[in-house]
Amino acid sequence: SIIKEMAASSAVTADYVLKPPPYSLDALEPFMSRQTLEFHWGKHHRAYVDNLKKQVLGSDLEGKTLDHIILNTYNNGDLLPAFNNAAQAWNHEFFWESMKPGGGGKPSGELLALLERDFTSYEKFYDEFNAAAATQFGAGWAWLAYADNKLKVMKTPNAVNPLVLGSFPLLTIDVWEHAYYLDFQNRRPDYIKTFMNNLVSWEAVSSRLHAAKAASSSSA
Amino acid sequence: MAIRSVLSTRTLSGLKETSSKLLGFRGIQTFTLPDLPYDYSALEPAISGEIMQIHHQKHHQTYVTNYNNALEQLDQAVNKGDASTVVKLHSAIKFNGGGHVNHSIFWKNLAPVNQGGGEPPKGALGGAIDTHFGSLEGLVKKMSAEGAALQGSGWVWLGLDKELKKLVVDTTANQDPLVTKGASLVPLVGIDVWEHAYYLQYKNVRPDYLKNVWKVINWKYASEVYESECK
Repeated sequence: SIIKEMAASSAVTADYVLKPPPYSLDALEPFMSRQTLEFHWGKHHRAYVDNLKKQVLGSDLEGKTLDHIILNTYNNGDLLPAFNNAAQAWNHEFFWESMKPGGGGKPSGELLALLERDFTSYEKFYDEFNAAAATQFGAGWAWLAYADNKLKVMKTPNAVNPLVLGSFPLLTIDVWEHAYYLDFQNRRPDYIKTFMNNLVSWEAVSSRLHAAKAASSSSA
Repeated sequence: MAIRSVLSTRTLSGLKETSSKLLGFRGIQTFTLPDLPYDYSALEPAISGEIMQIHHQKHHQTYVTNYNNALEQLDQAVNKGDASTVVKLHSAIKFNGGGHVNHSIFWKNLAPVNQGGGEPPKGALGGAIDTHFGSLEGLVKKMSAEGAALQGSGWVWLGLDKELKKLVVDTTANQDPLVTKGASLVPLVGIDVWEHAYYLQYKNVRPDYLKNVWKVINWKYASEVYESECK
């Protein structure tokens, strides 16, 4: 399937490696604290990777790529045991690379044109992405994703991501409480705005979009 | 409705504060944040005062506020015969109503050490725990393990199955009340394992929270509920 090809060619090829973010742990301050990165990357993300390694050892998933594990343990929502660790390992690497120091704000060029095409305006996209992130109840993620030649906003619970739902992920925000609690406590809306205004890496989104389009057309 | 139409705008805005009474007039029971029977810092060092304050004044209050809003919208939709809005509101009611129900139980499940927090259950509940789980330690170990293993947000419960007359340990996701796992289940002890319940103090180490929370569990309350349900 297109998604399997895309997953195979995606830039996130974690394969059980705890890759550091493409910036130092204090580089996102004051918008996301060093302390948050130390725990979120250093403990939570690390645990997903370490626990996945232990979990697949000696099983028929051992040696398989992260993407393969995710797609094969989703099981239409009736999750098999390795799904949570595998998907969360993938999601977190994707999340670090969705941000950059000095990021946020409005994109330009082709990306802006597409956002305006599919959401009417950047502001409408902003509101929709905000709403999705704010209303994902409990733990989960909000996404900008690409499918059927269209951009769309999605929200998913716990470890679920667009790969298993037939869409190409382009951007994500982690709305598990551990992602924002040290910096914002219960104030998830403030965290989301800060992410949108100050952290989003539109360069990463653009390159993922190019890869998604290339993967789509090559399978057409 | 007829009464409202004869009121001037100024009178209406002055009545905003009593809107809950107007709702009451139309038959909707709204909810308020229950007070804690102990100070925010009284559960230290097991649970920090900072966590207790935010958990109660922010998280639980938000559930109450949003629950009341959902109920008001539900009332309007029911009165208008707007079936699709009624159905659409079900998740807001479950999330926020569940959050209110669960947290109201949780505050009673906790007590400062000098008010009996952590004292093992005696009497009928103590006996039932030994029967079903071998010992209190056995129950604690099981609940802590299930609480630690819960993916995402939720609760771990000790419940009484009224029909089968036995104790059960179960988990619920998000703010689902225990009754969603079985109509005959009565919650005796619930432990909140949403990250907001422990993160500021225990960070990612949920098992440490689960080890320490037992020091402030109010078994007296759980015993009262158990004995009244067993009559």
